[in-house]
Amino acid sequence: MEINKHYFDTVIIGSGLAGCRAAIECIGNGSVAVLSKLYPTRSHSTAAQGGIGAALGNEEEDSPEWHTYDTVKGSDFLGDQDAIEIMCYDAIPTIIELEHMGVPFSRTPEGKIAQRRFGGHTREFGKAPVRRACYSADRTGHAVLFALYEQCQLKGVKFFQEFQVLDIVVEGDTVQGIIAMNIKDSSIHVFEAKAVIIASGGYGKIFKVTSNAYASTGECLSMLFRQGLPLEDMEFFQFHPTGLYGLGILITEGARGEGGILINGKGERFMERYAPTIKDLAPRDMVSRAILTEIREGRGIDGKDYVYLDLRHVDKKILEERLPEITTFCKIYMGVDPSESPIPIVPTAHYAMGGIPTDIDGRVLKDVDGSIVYGLYAAGECACVSVHGANRLGCNSLLDTVVFGRRAGKSASSTLRTATKGGVKKERIQIVVDCINMIKNSNGREIVASVRKDLQAAMMDKCSVFRTEEGLKSLLEEIKQLKERYKEISIKDKSSRFNTELLDAVELGHMLTLSEAITASALQRTESRGAHYREDYPKRDDENWLKHTFVFLTDKGINFKFKPVKITRFKPEERKY
Amino acid sequence: MEKYYTFRIKRYLPEENPSERWDEFRIKLNSMERVLDGLVKIKETKDGTLTFRKSCAHGVCGSCAMKINGKNRLACQTLVKDLPELIEIEPLPSLPVIKDLVVDMTIFYEKNDKVLPYLINEEPPPERERIQSPEDQHKILESITCIMCGSCTTSCPVFWASKNYLGPSALLKAFRFIFDTRDRATDERLARITGENGIWRCHSIFNCVEVCPKEIDITKHILKLKRLAVKKGFTGGEK
Repeated sequence: MEINKHYFDTVIIGSGLAGCRAAIECIGNGSVAVLSKLYPTRSHSTAAQGGIGAALGNEEEDSPEWHTYDTVKGSDFLGDQDAIEIMCYDAIPTIIELEHMGVPFSRTPEGKIAQRRFGGHTREFGKAPVRRACYSADRTGHAVLFALYEQCQLKGVKFFQEFQVLDIVVEGDTVQGIIAMNIKDSSIHVFEAKAVIIASGGYGKIFKVTSNAYASTGECLSMLFRQGLPLEDMEFFQFHPTGLYGLGILITEGARGEGGILINGKGERFMERYAPTIKDLAPRDMVSRAILTEIREGRGIDGKDYVYLDLRHVDKKILEERLPEITTFCKIYMGVDPSESPIPIVPTAHYAMGGIPTDIDGRVLKDVDGSIVYGLYAAGECACVSVHGANRLGCNSLLDTVVFGRRAGKSASSTLRTATKGGVKKERIQIVVDCINMIKNSNGREIVASVRKDLQAAMMDKCSVFRTEEGLKSLLEEIKQLKERYKEISIKDKSSRFNTELLDAVELGHMLTLSEAITASALQRTESRGAHYREDYPKRDDENWLKHTFVFLTDKGINFKFKPVKITRFKPEERKY
Repeated sequence: MEKYYTFRIKRYLPEENPSERWDEFRIKLNSMERVLDGLVKIKETKDGTLTFRKSCAHGVCGSCAMKINGKNRLACQTLVKDLPELIEIEPLPSLPVIKDLVVDMTIFYEKNDKVLPYLINEEPPPERERIQSPEDQHKILESITCIMCGSCTTSCPVFWASKNYLGPSALLKAFRFIFDTRDRATDERLARITGENGIWRCHSIFNCVEVCPKEIDITKHILKLKRLAVKKGFTGGEK
């Protein structure tokens, strides 16, 4: 098989916010290639709606210190406070820089960047909600992604669009490059590099109901994990409280930031009972649990499995100007006009707090002692710095991608002069090619879609908002069986042109690996913290579990190590809102 | 409520002989499901070779634009209940087809690149954000919602006739920056869009407006560009 070889100083996987921001940082310091399995502006960052957090204080008094505290508390004290502090203080220049790059933010009457309320963001350490989320109507991700991509174009970043990464090559302690496939013709391309930045986003597609795109399958994390590198805090997966019922499509928290409230089947504003101070603007883990508790106790709408998000009392002008996109979604997909009828919603798999462990400069960690893989970086949702700990606050994810995308790009660039050029061995390429051929030539009886559906249903059933030992143990068994079935899959499409069935099969293998890492991590953490809620261990247990999980794949199976949480300013306290 | 639909799909499988054909698939879908759900179901249960692009599945990424019952639209934003029982699907017109419903969008993106699609302002930035009034921001509000799905340009008869025409999408992108009060490259952009392949070739046919999944009145934006060009003396490319 013919192999196409490329060399770039820095190769970036993923063209969402983190990837594009990293590329902008790298382009002045050597050659840069960005690979995306989509066209860059189709990356899932574009679906982010509500805002990007920064204590600009444009609408009312705010401070990065409050932002730091809120993020620490929101993380249920599992976030590393040194990293959180960097993010919240960097937030201000970061947003200003984005504005200078051309992001079309919505504006205050004085022409400044407009800001609105978001879940868990408060003034004076929890006293009341604060306007901190900078937004561009409810299309903030789209606005920021286009501006960053446009700047990449201006600066001459080379994009390889519709390239699927097949392997990230780490030999010894050092990254060598990546192996990818051009989706258009199935040709194999090897990109050797001095630095590789992974910015491949999330993996919500392992769950049945999700706000995530089809492309959010997490293969890059699995590629590292299969090589013996750790993943951090994989048990923490966020369910966004307000997904459109039956579809999982995101309805931004900004809807509640603009005054929307949640009501149950009895017409009660039930969040008052769960978070008396900030009510509907409590962090997502709490709101999602509250919604599902209402439903379980028979207080869903008409006793069914959903509740209402009510925007009927919100000024029509605000809906039109600040929430036009979700208004349209409701009309198109549910036949509901939010100004006239409440919106049926239910929590939807949304965001991975866990991921590839990195330090504050995006360097990928290979162990709990802080040792790194030379030349390898990660940023954005695929990474775990950890700024989100056990639960991410709304509008902190876009911030994370831009702040740590920049830092990863900067630290990658700073080591280029001394780093050695990576070399990808022929044998390694052959293994990847053999894998592809094995899928193509298989005569097995299983089909990709059937295994994938069963996986998504099982993960949703046993590893979502509420978890138990019994459920997780049986889920691990199911995943084992699904892995056996996966060995029997075959595909009908044997062609080399735009073979999406083949890519689906490749992704599914990685989804299975990741699901196992997530489930095993959830099983071993015998406490409840943030988004990880164990019905059999309903309390947070700081004495035993105020630590990060590092999950490894070894010859003997899955193994765990732990890393202490960095606590600088804010001592763990009971989390009340 | 579930109902049977027949998906009649134009196939192009270059490695097969003959490479072109129409296939029909009969599938059951409920009233909430979209054309994209139907395509996914067909791929999953009937024919794994059926090929199309998809990603966000709710009308924000722009991957799944295709011609559905004669009109360009996003498969993920078109509910089957709003269509007749026979749903006819073809790739976006006037672009080279790679496979089935996947078109080669290279020409489309190249048009976009020609209008300097990025904010240009070389003045030293202020310490804080550049001030822009809400009224000024509203001037570009519609244009910034474009998701570059390609529905508009590939529905434009002028583009069908001449692939050199910049087309509605690229012109809308030019508008987005020309009317952004923070941008300083109006003249360069006007020079690029007023040549023989630019705004003057728009005959206000409104196909683009009719198909835009984000309901952008693209023709109105092109008219505003024409007015500005005349006002600034850009009538035939160079001033």
